[in-house]
Amino acid sequence: MDSLYRDYILDHYRHPQNFGTLENPDGASEEVNELCGDRIKMQIKFRISNFEFRIKDVKFYGEGCAIMIASASMLTEKVKGLKEDEIMKLNTDSVLEILGIELTPNRIKCAVLPLEALQKSLILAKKKRK
Amino acid sequence: MNIQKIKSDFPIFKRLINKKPIIYLDSTASSLKPKEVIDAISAYYTEYSVNIFRGVYALSEEATEAYGNARESVSKFIGAALDEVVFVRNATESMNLVANTWGEEHIKEGTSVVTTVMEHHANIVPWQVQTKKHGAELRIIDIDEEGDLKLENLDKLIDKKTVLLAITHMSNVLGTINPVKDLIKKAKSINPNIVVLVDAAQSVPHMKVDVADLGCDFLVFSGHKMLGPTGTGILWGKLHLFEEMPPYQYGGDMIKEVGLYSSTYKNPPHKFEAGTPHIAGGIGLGAAVAYLTKIGMENIRQHEIEITRYALNKLNEIDGIKIFGPKKAQDKGGVIAFVMEGIHPHDLAQILNEDNICVRSGHHCAMPLHKKLGLIASTRASFYIYNDEGDVDALIEGIKKAIKIFK
Repeated sequence: MDSLYRDYILDHYRHPQNFGTLENPDGASEEVNELCGDRIKMQIKFRISNFEFRIKDVKFYGEGCAIMIASASMLTEKVKGLKEDEIMKLNTDSVLEILGIELTPNRIKCAVLPLEALQKSLILAKKKRK
Repeated sequence: MNIQKIKSDFPIFKRLINKKPIIYLDSTASSLKPKEVIDAISAYYTEYSVNIFRGVYALSEEATEAYGNARESVSKFIGAALDEVVFVRNATESMNLVANTWGEEHIKEGTSVVTTVMEHHANIVPWQVQTKKHGAELRIIDIDEEGDLKLENLDKLIDKKTVLLAITHMSNVLGTINPVKDLIKKAKSINPNIVVLVDAAQSVPHMKVDVADLGCDFLVFSGHKMLGPTGTGILWGKLHLFEEMPPYQYGGDMIKEVGLYSSTYKNPPHKFEAGTPHIAGGIGLGAAVAYLTKIGMENIRQHEIEITRYALNKLNEIDGIKIFGPKKAQDKGGVIAFVMEGIHPHDLAQILNEDNICVRSGHHCAMPLHKKLGLIASTRASFYIYNDEGDVDALIEGIKKAIKIFK
């Protein structure tokens, strides 16, 4: 088995992108991995163009393993500028594709947690608008 | 103890994963099973796989006798009477049985239940639920820096209205061996009516435990942590308590006489064993007890002290490691929980897995304790009869490898 801990994964872990918090976010959600207690908070801000909501800024905050932090870092880089429905379409396979590694079932949750938090923050933001 | 000989009794060690042998350091979660246990289970299914207590035919007599013998082995193993040993699914079910029968009748408004911050979730959540349901108070004994219980203020926590002290014999994270015998004496001197439940899931597999010597009222443990099959656990209780308690579940096997509108129940332990039990499991657990007895519980304890001492010494040489629990091997079980600076426990476990080194990472079903220690998760290595210094050396090499990756 190849090591999961490729250089770029470790780079994102050591120097995560979009790590921190946003002031007055449009949406936010915190998710916990019940297997290990790791937690992540996602915050988003929108911009509106052509009557569509797109991600203007996104930040995450939390404690987690290298896989979770790298996943959050790479995911938040990827989704800036995307439309709401494009983000809602992302799934486990998209996360693994972004990460470029294969994971065993016990570790999938680590990788997917940031996406779950992101999608939940979108849903909450949508509810807030209504 | 000849560890190589013992290792050869466990067929799983013949397995190679990615052409490498298995280094098993997670016996605190579940132990491996020797051939004797696997054979006993297999013999039941191959030669006499019929129900017990029912048939007068030879096969059923044989199964009934084997299951009865297993109960007898277990009762002798912990110094108990035969009718005080109830077979359940696991230690967790034992707690729930007590909570839902004895607890339902004794935990009331104005009473309190005392437990500790180092408990496994199984010995805290049932008491949270029962005390909330009945308006009783749940009180927690704290720990000090070394991971020992703070017992100076015991008389503030336990009073005349405390109905239950639920306490672990050995922490599944810190390894702390609690002074349960003294603690029970003190608790009963404050309140002679207090009932004490001891979670012995981590002690019974690793040291000699005698219920009469401890002086507790209930003692619970799991079969799968002591070389036995999964799906087996034991609830031991004093007979007079068992006689007063209502049954746990109702149906076949636990009844004496059934009318259309009411029924009478069997005496303990059968009153608590509704339905066809895990017959093969019980028989397998009997074989596990026989295997442990053959090696000798004193020898096992001694071996674990030695290997834990070796591991503590080696681990303490690593830069950036923080080890939790008592510092001396003789004060703790063969369990070492630690964190490495800059390496998440999940990542460490994953890297160790590349060399088939099986450790546990996470909160080990002890979230309140991890919160107390200021942690989300830790890595835990634990030892049993089949572990030797070579396994510890492999762990140390694995940690060094992780340090190299994460440096």
